[in-house]
Amino acid sequence: MSQKMLLSANEAVAWAACKAGCAVASAYPGTPSTEILENVAKFKETINCEWAVNEKVAMEVAIGASIAGARALTAMKHVGLNVAMDPLMTYTYVGANGGLVIVSADDPGMHSSQNEQDSRNLVKFARAALFEPADSQETFDMVIAAFELSEKYQVPAFIRLTTRTSHTSTVVDVGDDFGPGKVERKPYVKDIRRNIPVPMFARPQRLKAQERTEALRAYACVTPFNRIEAGDQRLGIITAGVTYEYVKEIFPEFRILKLGFSNPFPSELVRQFAESVDRVLVIEELDPFMEEQVRALGIQVVEHTTELNMLEMNPLRLTALRKELLGDVDVPNVHRADAGLPTRPPVLCAGCSHRGVFFTLAKLGATVTGDIGCYTLGAFPPLNAMDTTICMGACIGNAFGMEKAGMKGRLCAVIGDSTFFHSGMTGILNVLYNGGKITTVVLDNRITGMTGHQENPGSGKTLTGDVAPVTDIAEVAKAMGFKRVVRVDAYDLVALERVLKEELDADEPSVVIAYGPCRLAAKLMNAGTYEVDSAKCKACGACFKLGCPAIERGEAVADGKRFKSHIDPVQCSGCDLCRQTCKFGAISKIR
Amino acid sequence: MKTMNVSLVGVGGQGILLTSDILAKTATLAGLDVKKSEIHGMAQRGGSVISQVRFGEKVYSPIITDGTSDLLVSFERLEALRWRHLLAPGGQVLINDMNMTPVTVSSGLQPAVTDLDERLKAEYPTARYIDALKIAKTVGNTRAMNMVVAGALSTLTPFEPAVWVQAMRERIPAKLLDMNLRAFEAGRAAIQA
Repeated sequence: MSQKMLLSANEAVAWAACKAGCAVASAYPGTPSTEILENVAKFKETINCEWAVNEKVAMEVAIGASIAGARALTAMKHVGLNVAMDPLMTYTYVGANGGLVIVSADDPGMHSSQNEQDSRNLVKFARAALFEPADSQETFDMVIAAFELSEKYQVPAFIRLTTRTSHTSTVVDVGDDFGPGKVERKPYVKDIRRNIPVPMFARPQRLKAQERTEALRAYACVTPFNRIEAGDQRLGIITAGVTYEYVKEIFPEFRILKLGFSNPFPSELVRQFAESVDRVLVIEELDPFMEEQVRALGIQVVEHTTELNMLEMNPLRLTALRKELLGDVDVPNVHRADAGLPTRPPVLCAGCSHRGVFFTLAKLGATVTGDIGCYTLGAFPPLNAMDTTICMGACIGNAFGMEKAGMKGRLCAVIGDSTFFHSGMTGILNVLYNGGKITTVVLDNRITGMTGHQENPGSGKTLTGDVAPVTDIAEVAKAMGFKRVVRVDAYDLVALERVLKEELDADEPSVVIAYGPCRLAAKLMNAGTYEVDSAKCKACGACFKLGCPAIERGEAVADGKRFKSHIDPVQCSGCDLCRQTCKFGAISKIR
Repeated sequence: MKTMNVSLVGVGGQGILLTSDILAKTATLAGLDVKKSEIHGMAQRGGSVISQVRFGEKVYSPIITDGTSDLLVSFERLEALRWRHLLAPGGQVLINDMNMTPVTVSSGLQPAVTDLDERLKAEYPTARYIDALKIAKTVGNTRAMNMVVAGALSTLTPFEPAVWVQAMRERIPAKLLDMNLRAFEAGRAAIQA
C-alpha cells in the first residue's frame, strides 16, 4: 500500500518533518518558503511551531531545540539565510545534537526577491550538508534522510529548494505508515567544551568539523541520492536539483550523474563518472558551484558560450546549449503576440493603508528610503514615493547614512510593522543613540502582508492561531527614549500631512506610526463604495495621483488631454482617500 | 499517452490556482504523473498570473517550454495575447470572454489596446470562447466563474467528467460544492452547445 498525493515541495517538507519526528520548527515568512511553516502548523499536535520575528531568531530557536536533543527545522528564503548565518557559523562547529534541518528556498530569476544569490555557496561556507531535491518526492525523502544524517554526523543539514520546486506540486508517496515519527530524543548533557566555543574549545571543534566534512564526502560518494543514470557515454552530464528535470527533457540519451547530495562534494564519485565518459558537461542553476569543484579536481569540462549561470533555468535555455554543443536541434522560433500590450504590474490594493502615506510623502518632496514588503510598490508611478530599497530593515540605517553624508532635505525611512519587528528596532535605536534626526514611518497594518498574511508580534495571534500579546510599536519607541513618537490614522490625509511635515522638519529623531489594518487581511475589501459625480468633476487629476486601481479614466474634457475620473464599484473598498483629495466635492460615499 | 501541457493564465483573483489544482488532481486520480507549477508572491497583487499543469506517463520539467502548450486557457482576453508564445502549433485555445482593464490603462499611464478583437481573431482563428461570468451568475454565484471555465476546459482533456467531479469533491469545501458542481456542468454544457 502506498499513500499518494499531490504536494508542493514546501508541503512535502512539512509532511516529512512530521514523519521524521521533528519536534520544533521556527521560521520567518519569505517567498517562496512561506508555505513550509504554514503546512508544518497542520501538524502542530506533534511539532511545536512558530513564526519567529526574523530568520536569525528562527535559527537560534531551532539550534536551541537541537542542543536540547530534539529534531528541529527552520525554513527561510535565500536572503533570510543571510540574516541567520551568524548562529549557524558557530553551531556548525558545536555540531547538531538533535537533528537540525535548514530549508533555504532560493529564487532564481527573482520572481519575488531583490537578488538571486545561490545559497549553496553559503552551505559550503558553513561546512554543512546539502541536499538538492528535484521534486516533491525527493524533498520528502531527503528531509527524512537529512534529520537522520544530521544526528549521525552532528552536522546542520540543508535542503535547498528553489521557487520552481517550492511552488510545483508533484506526486508524493508518503507511505502507508504515515504518522508522526517516534524518535528517541538525544540526551542533553551539559558540556561546556562542546557548547561554549571559547577559543580554547573552538579550536578542537574546528578540527572536528574538518573530519566531519571528509566523512560526509565519503557518504556523498555512496548515498543513493547521488546516482549515475546509464546512457550514451560520449557525453556525461553532472546536474542537481530541478535542473535534472530539464536535462532529462533536452539531453535524454546521455549518461547523467544526478547529485541529490552536493556538499561536501563527492569528489571520488565525480572522478569515476568523468572517467566513464568522453566529455563532462556540468549543468546547474545559478552559480557554477559544482562546475568549479569539478574543475578543481583537474577534470576538463565542456566549454560553451550559452549563458546558464544567471536567472532561472528552463528547457529552452538547454535547447540553445544543445544546439551549440551538438547542432542537432533548432531553437524554436517562438511566435509572440504581446507587442504593445499594456503591462499588468502588481499594485497596492484598492484601499491599501499604505497609499495615503506615500501620497503625502510625495507631496512633501521627501527622500524616502524604503524596505521589503507590499509597500515597496510605493516606488512606482504615479506615487513615485520611494528612493531606495536594500533589504529587511535597511531603510532606517540607509536614511541615517544619508543624513550623516550631509544629504539635504526631508529624510524619511518607511518600514512595515513586520519588518520593523524583524530588524527595524535596532535601526531606530542606532538613530537615537547617535543623534540622528531622520523620521521613521512605520506602516502599521498589523499583518505580514506581501507573503500572504502571516501573523506577527503586532497582530495578536501566533502561527497556530493562539492569542499572543500585542506589541505596541509606539510604546517600543518611547521605551527606547524617543521623545517624538506620533500615532496617525493612515486614512486621514490632513492629519498625515500635518504630522509628517512637522516630524520631517523637526530637529530631533522621530517615529511615526501610521495605523491602518491591511484591508485584505481584515476582510475590508467590500467595506464601502464611492462614486464620482461627473457634473462636479473638473478633471483636475488630483485623485489619479493616488494610483488606486479602482479609480479609472472617465470621459475626456474639451481639450482632450484631461479626463474626469470614474470609480469602479467592484474594486472600490471604501477607504475614503479619494474623497479627501477632491477639492470640488465630486466624490462621495454611496454605500 | 504523450505528455499534455496545459497553461492557465489570467489575472490575480480570478480563481486560476484553484482551477489548476483541480485539473492536476483530476490527472492524478486518472493515474498519471503530474506536475503543476505556479508563481506566487509579488505576482499576486492584481498582476497577471500563470499556472502550468503537465501530465502523462512520466513528466520531467515542471515548466512548459515556449511553443509547447497543447492547451492555452485564458481567463481574460488581454492575457490570452500576452501568453501566445506558450502555444504549440495546432494547440487549442479556450478564452473566457472577459475584459479586465489593467491599472496601467485605467490610470492613463499606458494606452489601451483598441484592436483586441481583431488581434485575438488573427492569433486564434479557432479559439473557443465562453462567457463564464454570465454563466456563473445563472447558477447563482459569480465566484464560481472559475469552475465554469473548468467545465469548458474539461471537454478538452482526456478525462471523464466523473473524475473531474471526484477531484472537485476532494478539493472544494462541502458547503460550496453543489454550487461549484452546477457551475462546472454549466461550463461543460455551454462549450458543447
